[in-house]
Amino acid sequence: MKRAFGKPEKLSLYRARIFEEMYSLGIGSLGIVAIISVFMGAVITIQTAFNFESPLIPPYAVGVAVRDTMILEFSPAIVSLILAGKIGSSIASEIGTMRVTEQIDALEIMGINSAGYLIFPKIIASVLFNPILIIFSMFLGILGGYVFGLMAGVVTDFEYILGITYEFRPFNVIYALIKTGVFAFIIASVPAYHGYYTKGGALEVGRSSTKGVVYASVLILAFDLILTQVLLV
Amino acid sequence: MIIGESGSGKTTLLKCMVGLNEIDGGEVLFNDRNFYDLDFKGKKEIRKEIGMLFQGGALFDSKTVEENVVFPISMFTEMTESEKRDRANFCLQRVNLQNANDLYPAELSGGMKKRVAIARAIAVQPKYLFCDEPNSGLDPKTSIVIDNLIKEITDEYGITTVVITHDMNSVIEIGDNIMFIYKGDNWWQGSKEEILRTENQEVCDFVYATKFMKNLKTKF
Repeated sequence: MKRAFGKPEKLSLYRARIFEEMYSLGIGSLGIVAIISVFMGAVITIQTAFNFESPLIPPYAVGVAVRDTMILEFSPAIVSLILAGKIGSSIASEIGTMRVTEQIDALEIMGINSAGYLIFPKIIASVLFNPILIIFSMFLGILGGYVFGLMAGVVTDFEYILGITYEFRPFNVIYALIKTGVFAFIIASVPAYHGYYTKGGALEVGRSSTKGVVYASVLILAFDLILTQVLLV
Repeated sequence: MIIGESGSGKTTLLKCMVGLNEIDGGEVLFNDRNFYDLDFKGKKEIRKEIGMLFQGGALFDSKTVEENVVFPISMFTEMTESEKRDRANFCLQRVNLQNANDLYPAELSGGMKKRVAIARAIAVQPKYLFCDEPNSGLDPKTSIVIDNLIKEITDEYGITTVVITHDMNSVIEIGDNIMFIYKGDNWWQGSKEEILRTENQEVCDFVYATKFMKNLKTKF
């Protein structure tokens, strides 16, 4: 990890690599994040409306539930877990393949800090771009809930909008973005570590990829609990 | 040239020479500078003087042929984009590889990969060239092309080249000083002419393992 944050040989090349990684890790994940967020927003809306049968619970509570679920937990934590699977396996297998095909040795021979050149841009791209993905997910989840809630007839236009604006706490978004930043670091660094230290051949690359995703996912869940305790309680 | 049976420690020795493996003892000297006594910056300076041809080529999969050759130039020189391209094209022409600039490594044959790897290795004009089994996986004709290319580049640029191989044809074609490694030790050392006359049993078993070499021995 220390080597990954070592002084870059040439800043301009690292900058270019960060933009490449942002495109491949970030833009490449927009589709899956959009699909999952829209459908989860829709499902949360319909399930919440179905479960709120008591006349004591106001109808706008559906909007409140969707908003808080998406902002507090679904977008930062669950989408990060999904990204750990998608991005994490890609990072571990890419770096692992480079290791077993001696591409990392080739970088070292050229006098390049291979850990810095390969891992640092991925971490920076992930930490910078994942918050954008998560805000995108929050927006689409709430929008999905609105569209499908109206289509299913479980909530009215007025009630839903009242719900998503009711006692809105901007700190919740900041809390979600802090969590996202930490998760983004885990998503990029843990699989990169496992990929970088791959030994053997194709089978070991697969193992590194699996290990990277599993450890990253467990760490995300652990830090989700820790950060929630520290920031919200 | 360093020769020896599979598993005798040739590649391990080469990796120790270029600093990819840590050594248990001894010295690796580049112009009297012991590589393993140097700090990170000193090692980096020496590595800039080293070009290496890996067994599988070790080309960067995500980059085109031209980008692979341009990469070390971008990393260590302040050339403009057009100068970098010119230098890359010069190196690619030097290895007889034209019209392949936009291809990716996956689209190249084994011999082409080796030639791109040589072009990349000479792109920043190294003082030392290390080749790990440059002929592995190549047909005899392409092997000779690669051998001759290594020889020509060594003479043309006045560089020191270390070749790891178990191919006796390569030894006969381009070898000057030969070291035979046996069970991890420097078992025998001499010239190409000497290795063909040696009585050392282990060396003879290796050198004359093929019918072709046995026939050659009878001519001596």
